[in-house]
Amino acid sequence: MTTTAAEATALYDIPGPKTRRRHFLYGVLSTAVIVGLVAWILYLLFDTDQFTRTKWTPFEYKGIQELLLRGLGNTLKAFAIAAVLSLALGALLATGRLSEHRVVRWLATLVVEFFRAMPVLVMIFFVFVALKVQPLPALVAGLTLYNGSVLAEVFRSGVNSVERGQREAAYALGMRKTQVMSYVLVPQAVRAMLPAIISQLVVALKDTSLGYLITYEEFLHAGKLIASNLDYDLPFIPVVMVISPIYIGMCMLLSWFAYWVSKRQRRSPKTEAVDVAPAEPGTLLPGGVPPRAPAP
Amino acid sequence: MDVLTDNFSTYGDGFLGTVELTAYASALALVLGFLMASFRVAPVGSFRVFGAVWVAVLRNTPLTLLFFAVLLGLPRFGLVLPFKVFAVLALGCYTSAFICEALRSGINTVPKGQGEAARSLGMTFGQTLSVVVLPQAFRSVIPPVGSTLIALAKNSAIAGAFSVTELLGTYKTLSELGYNIVWTFLWIALGYLIITLAISAVFNILEKRWGVAR
Repeated sequence: MTTTAAEATALYDIPGPKTRRRHFLYGVLSTAVIVGLVAWILYLLFDTDQFTRTKWTPFEYKGIQELLLRGLGNTLKAFAIAAVLSLALGALLATGRLSEHRVVRWLATLVVEFFRAMPVLVMIFFVFVALKVQPLPALVAGLTLYNGSVLAEVFRSGVNSVERGQREAAYALGMRKTQVMSYVLVPQAVRAMLPAIISQLVVALKDTSLGYLITYEEFLHAGKLIASNLDYDLPFIPVVMVISPIYIGMCMLLSWFAYWVSKRQRRSPKTEAVDVAPAEPGTLLPGGVPPRAPAP
Repeated sequence: MDVLTDNFSTYGDGFLGTVELTAYASALALVLGFLMASFRVAPVGSFRVFGAVWVAVLRNTPLTLLFFAVLLGLPRFGLVLPFKVFAVLALGCYTSAFICEALRSGINTVPKGQGEAARSLGMTFGQTLSVVVLPQAFRSVIPPVGSTLIALAKNSAIAGAFSVTELLGTYKTLSELGYNIVWTFLWIALGYLIITLAISAVFNILEKRWGVAR
């Protein structure tokens, strides 16, 4: 474990036996410190009576479990709607920014730059307070405007990163601009940008919790309801201890998915140039088949 | 329109609150981020694990949840501090995870040969790090650190919703006074634009001065 990290960095040499012993000692010492820290936090938790029975009983009741599940469902609902709408808005704005008409391009640029510079919460509050919209549409609107603008930039840079020859070749074949975009550039751009798109969706998922601040009945809101219940002696810390792992788990799962996609793409023949065997009489068109070893 | 001229002090307090929050949280995030980045590239395994867990957990925590846990949860724990301190703590810790990743990728962009050359000249670990590797790493992380701090300034709006004096929070006072809500928000938006544009201008200057074209 030590050697792999050492090989990857410019900072130090691969350690010899003596250094390895020293590092082992440091490792043991620092582990002891970290364990001590965790033990201290656990002690504080016990000391302030966070593990008493009354504080943990609410989670045994069906009604409260249902409340939490409903909250989780509402979180996922807001996320799903916002994700779909942001992708659509992102595509629309990216089309605008790539337009040949100057007015459309300027307008799209203005929209993208403005909504990227605004805090999401300000937009959500604006829609909720000033336009007097219900919590769910307000939350979705705020998330869509922000993430749509960010995704527009992702799409645009994706399309621009496709090699110029692709576009030129497509035009040379007599394709129109729309055809060049939809058949040649966008499919390649989306494939290259997929990890970035999923990472942005993680941001959207995290930001659904802003709904809590405008009284949308999502997961955190359900937690708050339980946490402020006097019958269970204000089980604040237990609620945080139950809710956080679920939130962090969901986001990690999505982050990990983005990582997995990007890793898979690095060895995918579709995103890399395929080694094409020279055409021989009688073979199929080159490209689809993996390269064969030359005959001995 | 006159909502700004009539309530200049309310807006001013909110604006200064956001600037202050952003400044303190940025300082905390940079210090913690630097610490965690050095943990993540350390030769000792347990340091690396600690840094990795710190980053993975904080990066995947919704900031609202973090504010919820810190501002409302820690007092139950027996820890009572002003809300502003809690807000700086939550914002700083959250952003430190992103700063850490930016710094770490900066260290990784320094070619291995640079360190090898430094060592072959007989430099010690400290010299290699401070004279050769870190200066190069810092230069290449100026843009990502800049955008992380802009995100921090925008995220500080959440503190206002948790009743810390801050720019977004001013809308409550002003809407109670019966001002036109659209204009109120327009001036709030302008305030955020000024702050984010100022940060990006500072980082543009830094990049022109120190940035490297690789």
